[in-house]
Amino acid sequence: MSTRRLRMPAEAGTAAWFFLAPALLLIGVFFFLPVAAALLLSVTDFDLYGIASPGNTRFIGLRNYTRLLNTPDFWTALRNTFYFAFVGGPLTIAAALGAALLLSSKLVRFKGFFRTVYFTPFVTTLVAVAIVWRYLYHTRYGLFNFGLAKLGIGPIDWLGDPHWAMPAIILMAVWKGFGYNMLIFIAGLQSIPEELYDAAEIDGAGPFRRFFNITLPMLAPTLVFVAVITMIGYFQLFAEPYVMTQGGPLRSTTSVVLLMYEEGFRWWRMGYAAAIAFVLFLVILLATLVQFRLQKERA
Amino acid sequence: MGREGEVVSELIPDFERSHPGIKVEVQQIPWSAAHEKLLTAYVGDATPDIAMLGNTWVPEFVALNALEPLDARVAKSADVKRDDYFPGIWSTNLVDGVTYGVPWYVDTRVIFYRSDLLAQAGYDRMPTTWAAWREAMQKIKARMTARQYPLLIPITEWPPPVILGLQAGSSLLRDDGRYGGFRDPPFRKAFDFYVGLFRDGLAPALSGTEISNLYQEFERGNIAMYISGPWQIGEFTNRLPKELQDKWMTAPLPGVDGPGVSLAGGASLSLFRASAHKEEAWELMEYLSRPEVQLRFYQLTGDLPPRREAWRDTALANNRYAKAFHEQLDRVVPTPQVPEWEQIATKVFEHGEKAVRGQRSVDQALAALDRDVDGILEKRRYLMTQRKVARP
Repeated sequence: MSTRRLRMPAEAGTAAWFFLAPALLLIGVFFFLPVAAALLLSVTDFDLYGIASPGNTRFIGLRNYTRLLNTPDFWTALRNTFYFAFVGGPLTIAAALGAALLLSSKLVRFKGFFRTVYFTPFVTTLVAVAIVWRYLYHTRYGLFNFGLAKLGIGPIDWLGDPHWAMPAIILMAVWKGFGYNMLIFIAGLQSIPEELYDAAEIDGAGPFRRFFNITLPMLAPTLVFVAVITMIGYFQLFAEPYVMTQGGPLRSTTSVVLLMYEEGFRWWRMGYAAAIAFVLFLVILLATLVQFRLQKERA
Repeated sequence: MGREGEVVSELIPDFERSHPGIKVEVQQIPWSAAHEKLLTAYVGDATPDIAMLGNTWVPEFVALNALEPLDARVAKSADVKRDDYFPGIWSTNLVDGVTYGVPWYVDTRVIFYRSDLLAQAGYDRMPTTWAAWREAMQKIKARMTARQYPLLIPITEWPPPVILGLQAGSSLLRDDGRYGGFRDPPFRKAFDFYVGLFRDGLAPALSGTEISNLYQEFERGNIAMYISGPWQIGEFTNRLPKELQDKWMTAPLPGVDGPGVSLAGGASLSLFRASAHKEEAWELMEYLSRPEVQLRFYQLTGDLPPRREAWRDTALANNRYAKAFHEQLDRVVPTPQVPEWEQIATKVFEHGEKAVRGQRSVDQALAALDRDVDGILEKRRYLMTQRKVARP
């Protein structure tokens, strides 16, 4: 096989390029070019004055980056984003896996119905959901505090207390997002051969052994996929705090993307915002690499 | 923009009838999207002929060199009479002494209060000095439960601390808008007063999004005073129950030792430099500036007119809630006319919030505020040394 591939005629290569060209062109023009422009932007102080007259833009090297790293707001935003990704991500995955296991169990009836119910939050518009949840979280009139009061737990200022605002956002995001991952897990579970479970059962393995020794290892590729996709999505947290808290109180829910949006499209400091975008890109890249490495070590 | 955008469409047919040959196309945008839309329009060379601009945006669009100077046109105009406008409002449209906008409606802040609660505390009218105001709030607080407050000022709004600063005589920025001047004694005094309102339990530390139904809280007597703008007259009239209608009032803001200043806010009409129909556009601006058209606009929106002549009309002169605004409009001052102002304003309440919540002392918060503001103004300082930007 390999010798044949080596002797592939030159025209075949040309033909391949020809067929790839439309896709490459689109990716080049609409992805790589803007990315390159953004990289260039991130070493200038292009802003409102720069829009007025290009001559007002200075090339400032890495000053955007050094300034960013010296801004407490950036570290707050980064910490919030990590908080959201590393608490919210595992919670979402756990909830999704739990729901998938339940729905794959032979004991559960009306599976189609529950699958739809659990998936519904995912397809609902986030802004509408966020507005409804804002009511649920209301300190005095919200449903959550009403329930807690019945249990004798004092009112929690969900979105107004800097300590509770992020957990409140995580709770909503988990509720909204777990349905999608659940579907992927269900698909993954279905591809595990039934015989393995039968054999394990005959050998006397209980439900926990079966879960840890069969389900989890067989599900590992799905798990990695879900973890990576969820994490990348969660690092880009934006709409939830944008609608529910505008990043407050005390910036406790300002994410890196929200910070970037504010700097870029509210204050028009495009150069600085581009630098934030690249730092976020590096963070996500690094986190993804770490996850793949962990997966390889385990395999 | 917003409700004004819908209403202006109703004013246009009359204009088109009296100005044959001119056809006006109105584009409505929600307030929240307008700023971004106008900036992208400028970048894409697609600016409108005229636009309504929040008057704090004027310096920004002047920095872009997007607006047409209007002095020559105003001087010749029979409709736009500069002397008839409240001076504080007119001055928000001046950058470096040049006029770039004509005030369309005004927005300033006054106090809305429960007159019955104030009366129970022994006052037949709103006090006019900080000390007396504070004392009145303490007396009201003494008659309230722990979760009721004499005053509501959302801590995510910049106008309250800024107004108090202006009342104490602060210029907010110093050296022609090169640096923040928030550590200077006048602002410090105002900030101390502001933070004290929360620390002493006279106002709750709530952000804007946490107050879900202001009118209900007002009705239940959970708050007795609220600092807000003209649009609330309509809301209070419509949303408060009948039996409460003679129990609320508006009053001009108290000041350090007597009636205080407030913000010269509002919206202006501006002509874009790139317009191909400047004469026609100016005719529309003149039309919209006529007192009778402004009154119709007021009746449709509740937005208050910027001209004294319009205020002489019975519709406004007889509105008892509008009276406080009329009085306040003689004492309004603009915020610093630098393009960076809106960003600086958010820093004011962010650091205010930290001090209110006790994370920082007043001095620490003000030092951090000045540091942030100096950073925001760095580009402006650079361009000023290059003589590329206007001074306020």
